[in-house]
Amino acid sequence: MPHRIEITLKDEVRDPRGERIKREIAHFLHLEVAEVRTIDVYTVDAALSAEELTQVAAGPFSDPVIQNYSIDKPAAAGFDYLVEVGFRAGVTDNVGRTAGEAIGYLLGRPLAVGEGVYTSVQYLISGKLSQADAEKIATGLLCNTLIQRYQIFDAATFKAQGGVAPFVPKVQVEAKVEVNTVNLEVSDEELMRISRDGVLALTLDEMKIIQAHYRDPQVVEKRKSLGLGAAPTDVELEALAQTWSEHCKHKIFSADVTYDDGTGKTEKINSLFKSYIQKTTADVRAAQGDKDYCLSVFKDNAGVIKFNDDWSLVFKVETHNSPSALDPYGGALTGIVGVNRDPFGTGKGAKLIFNTDVFCFADPFYEKELPKRLLHPRRIYEGVVEGVEHGGNKSGIPTVNGSLVFDERFAGKPLVFCGTAGLMPATIKGEASHKKKIIPGDLIVMTGGRIGKDGIHGATFSSEELNENSPVSAVQIGDPITQKRMFDFLIRARDKALYRFITDNGAGGLSSSIGEMSEECGGCQLDLSKAPLKYPGLAPWEILISEAQERMSLAVPPEQIDEFMEMAKRYGVEATVLGTFTDSGIFHMLYGDKTVAYLPLSFMHAGLPPMQIPARWEKPVHEEPKLAPAADYTTDVKALLSSLNICSKESVVRRYDHEVQGGSVVKPFTGVDNDGPSDAAVVRPILDSFEGVVVGHGICPRYSDIDAYDMAANAIDEGLRNYVAVGGSLDLVAGLDNFCWSDPVLSERTPDGPYKMAQLVRANKALYDYCTVFSMPLISGKDSMKNDFYDGTTKISIPPTLLFSVIGKMEDARLAVTMDVKRAGDQVYLLGATANELGASEYLAQKGFVGNNVPKVDAQAALATYRAYGAALKAGLVASCHDLSDGGLAVAAAESAFAGGFGMELDLAQVAYQGEAADRSDIVLLFSESASRLLVTVCAEKAAEFEKAMAGTTFAKIGAVTAEPTLKVKGLTGNVVVNAANAELKAAWQEPLKDL
Amino acid sequence: MTKAKALVITGNGTNCETEAAHACKLGGFDEARIAHIAELLTGEVSLDDYHFLNLTGGFLDGDDLGSAKAQANRLRYATVEGKEERLVDQITRFIADGKLILGVCNGFQLLVKMGMLPALGGNYLNQTATLTYNECGRFQDRWCYLKVDPASPSLYTRGIEGGVYLPVRHGEGKFLVDDAKTLEAIEAKHLTCLKYSGKDYAAPTMEFPENPNGSLNAIAGICDETGRVMGLMPHPEAFVHRTQHPRWTREELPEEGAGLIFFKNAAKYVKENF
Repeated sequence: MPHRIEITLKDEVRDPRGERIKREIAHFLHLEVAEVRTIDVYTVDAALSAEELTQVAAGPFSDPVIQNYSIDKPAAAGFDYLVEVGFRAGVTDNVGRTAGEAIGYLLGRPLAVGEGVYTSVQYLISGKLSQADAEKIATGLLCNTLIQRYQIFDAATFKAQGGVAPFVPKVQVEAKVEVNTVNLEVSDEELMRISRDGVLALTLDEMKIIQAHYRDPQVVEKRKSLGLGAAPTDVELEALAQTWSEHCKHKIFSADVTYDDGTGKTEKINSLFKSYIQKTTADVRAAQGDKDYCLSVFKDNAGVIKFNDDWSLVFKVETHNSPSALDPYGGALTGIVGVNRDPFGTGKGAKLIFNTDVFCFADPFYEKELPKRLLHPRRIYEGVVEGVEHGGNKSGIPTVNGSLVFDERFAGKPLVFCGTAGLMPATIKGEASHKKKIIPGDLIVMTGGRIGKDGIHGATFSSEELNENSPVSAVQIGDPITQKRMFDFLIRARDKALYRFITDNGAGGLSSSIGEMSEECGGCQLDLSKAPLKYPGLAPWEILISEAQERMSLAVPPEQIDEFMEMAKRYGVEATVLGTFTDSGIFHMLYGDKTVAYLPLSFMHAGLPPMQIPARWEKPVHEEPKLAPAADYTTDVKALLSSLNICSKESVVRRYDHEVQGGSVVKPFTGVDNDGPSDAAVVRPILDSFEGVVVGHGICPRYSDIDAYDMAANAIDEGLRNYVAVGGSLDLVAGLDNFCWSDPVLSERTPDGPYKMAQLVRANKALYDYCTVFSMPLISGKDSMKNDFYDGTTKISIPPTLLFSVIGKMEDARLAVTMDVKRAGDQVYLLGATANELGASEYLAQKGFVGNNVPKVDAQAALATYRAYGAALKAGLVASCHDLSDGGLAVAAAESAFAGGFGMELDLAQVAYQGEAADRSDIVLLFSESASRLLVTVCAEKAAEFEKAMAGTTFAKIGAVTAEPTLKVKGLTGNVVVNAANAELKAAWQEPLKDL
Repeated sequence: MTKAKALVITGNGTNCETEAAHACKLGGFDEARIAHIAELLTGEVSLDDYHFLNLTGGFLDGDDLGSAKAQANRLRYATVEGKEERLVDQITRFIADGKLILGVCNGFQLLVKMGMLPALGGNYLNQTATLTYNECGRFQDRWCYLKVDPASPSLYTRGIEGGVYLPVRHGEGKFLVDDAKTLEAIEAKHLTCLKYSGKDYAAPTMEFPENPNGSLNAIAGICDETGRVMGLMPHPEAFVHRTQHPRWTREELPEEGAGLIFFKNAAKYVKENF
């Protein structure tokens, strides 16, 4: 019989969780309630005596100072409505798992197989509510019905029923372990039905390629000899669907593209990835010659570059968009702990040194109607922020850099970018640690969590648009602690060289990890029945493709296996031998002694011909606004500072531990009151050294509305200038590209595919054009190509977005520069030229326009500025430096001034302007977002030396830092056009998101 | 002379072991060993061989049952392999031997929930205080001014004039006690050695964000009556060099960070007493 242990806060203790819910009920649902209190419920489904239950309730489950417990007796009282929310069966319940372990320690015996603890929360709501209101609170706020279940009681019913009956959300699956075959000798319509109904996301062409493979007489013959029928097994079909999914195979980036540039000139591109991304790196490395610092690019889970002779630097950025749209908390949590496994699974494994996060959302204050199934942007915001908070903080990895980007179209799909960097010794026991191999005969070992139905079809599902029937099982909830325990063990096993190869289990689960590992040595033989399961009853194909979290796959030499397994046991980590790597050329899956999949690796990995995708560029023409000059722009500056894209994100950033591990040098916030926005982060990963890792990023999706080429160029430039601003070196710098696009493949649903594909081509061309000039190799990246929502009537496509992350080194972190002005009397310089480039700017957006003059990046000029500035910084000539981006000069100047606590007097007439004299106006000089510009302050005594250092580049002295804390900007006529106290500007900047 | 030996326990969600060990070394310890809890439970590492125990920051077991609760339960009941003792027996013996324990953040939560702080009357296994959710309902990473009680028996805060500026990084830092008597006793005995204050370290404050969590009497750290066991929510190991200070690019600061004094005092005490 299951027991309910309910934990209540003592009456005099405040309930911050309840208070937050109360605020959110008012904010989201516009309902006023008097009070919300909460109760934690543990449903213990285990054979415990009454005495043991009391020990558990009084011990680990409650805090005697502030809480009371109640066993099998409802504790709730004094409410009008009670809502209890718990997980659905099979959803990861981290607290429940820890509770179960705690019982084990307390009683000196672990819970038996099948026993468990399940958690739920009761919300006790007091106030004048109807049943319908309570329902609205439950489904609109407290419960994500995709992963959770809820019950509502009014006080009378609760009393009449004697409380809430114990409910055990245990997965009850009929233990029906069978393998089915799928007949592909059917019509085309039927082939597509098989693909659609099975969430295989395979196209008709792909289904026919599979059909043809199984018709091959040699294949038929071989299968016969193994006792397999002619039709594929479900295990085989699922493995192929996973391997060939857009998510895993990147079919769009490897497609043959016919690109029409709009002038009628066409170009054939065989693989965007090879033609632009790989080529960028190859060409940069060739040009760098013996100064090449790339160690491992594109072939592993993350890119690796040299940090110094003893250490190598690893970095990867991922997206987790589709799951975050369905379950923002779980999806984002899984996103961050998932990307942690990438650097950890790179080479022989890296210690994780920091995270970066970039989120793209719709306005959290959105008030229009949304299509069914889409969660409100505010719920996505709250959930994603909290999920990444828990994932990052609990894993002990500082979150050092990131941003929040807002655009209404992200209501269709939020973008959740999570990055993780790591550091690995250059060699381990004499072998380069960024390399790894598998020798046939090595054992296939899986470590970490167990396999359940969670995350089945994640890879194929994210290769489709989001729709009303997106599968529940595609969502997982990460468990940072299980992963942390595994990493604690594996990093020690790494140092003892107990394994030869490691990789992570992410999208596609074992099918993907073992499939890719098999390519290293030429085959594998794996028994799916050996895999540890969360609960019985999983079919072999489910075991193969489940994306249950916190798992790594390893190749362990047979002579090390005993020590490996013994050590795993000591560290409390589950490790299981599943099979052997071979050189048979076959991906061979067994269930017990029965073969359930027999796929030639050559077919799995090379059987798919490239897609053929048309691309046609047509430059959009937007209305060009006529902006009347004004006498004063102070109001415009304040409005910009209050825009979602520019305003302070401090309420979010402070929730992320950015200092754990002790290496923080440039923090997210800086200045006299620790609240000015830093351009990039500097971290010292080795505590007794002053060598720093510098990381920054650029992202500007709105520019895609004019030209995705310039969007990409500006993102690259922004990433690099943020990096350079704080002191990052141009001699050891690398880029990572993360593409998030809406589906660019021409189809009935995507008639504008050729345009979207042309945008993708153009963004790739920009990558090559700029990174080669900047001598910045691309070391890793990822693409997510189906960021659309479509429910049959409404289609929402995100703006094409490139997140460009920049990582590199500064030799001496003690030379780092922050963005806050330092003292009155310092000279203010604007580096780089300003042009009439208001197109797609934040300023025009505020006025309701897009315009056409998108900022153009002059790579050579930018590089000259960055090189000269870098030398000046190294010589100690720079007091502060802030990058100009959204909102242009006006915003950068305001931020630097109020961060430093001093004023600024600027003269727009001094700004270096480029372009038609007729277009030179206060508006352009204040708000244009021309690229490659930095606002620098320099101590008056060092001004001459600084100017000498910058000689040969475009720059101008435009004013001075003042003691009076006011921003005063003189316009072209000589009149003051911006005049505001720091306090006012800062208040405008801090207001919008401060309560979120 | 005896070698001063510090031990930092890690595993199950401890995150700050590297910088804590680094601070111990900088502070003057001859050895700073990071030991996984598994190494203590298998008996490979014994507390008896060390002088200074660091229970440092992290999220033990994800703080799933409340911060550090699950680890408090584990330490209390788990036995050391091959020995007739529990881990908690090693810890109480460690204290009885006159040795030092510093709990930072999650480590402070652990000490309090095991009953090792404030441990009035030397009862180290009776919980009388707790650390719970910040009043603002959110995790906070921010730097705080901490007023030091010069009359406190804490050996760690000796020599600090006025106060110390350190980062806090927690979601559950609000200090509460079981009853008024406990509060009265810890205040009267000057065990409340660190309190959140304004920039001038003049008076304790209940104002957010100077007091980031709404702690009772603005309490940020406490010690036991011997002054050898101390816990605090702020992170002294996170400020051992000036570049860790949030305003190091604009203020004249000494090379050494203000948090190092906690570890220097510990090393000095060990060297003088063992």
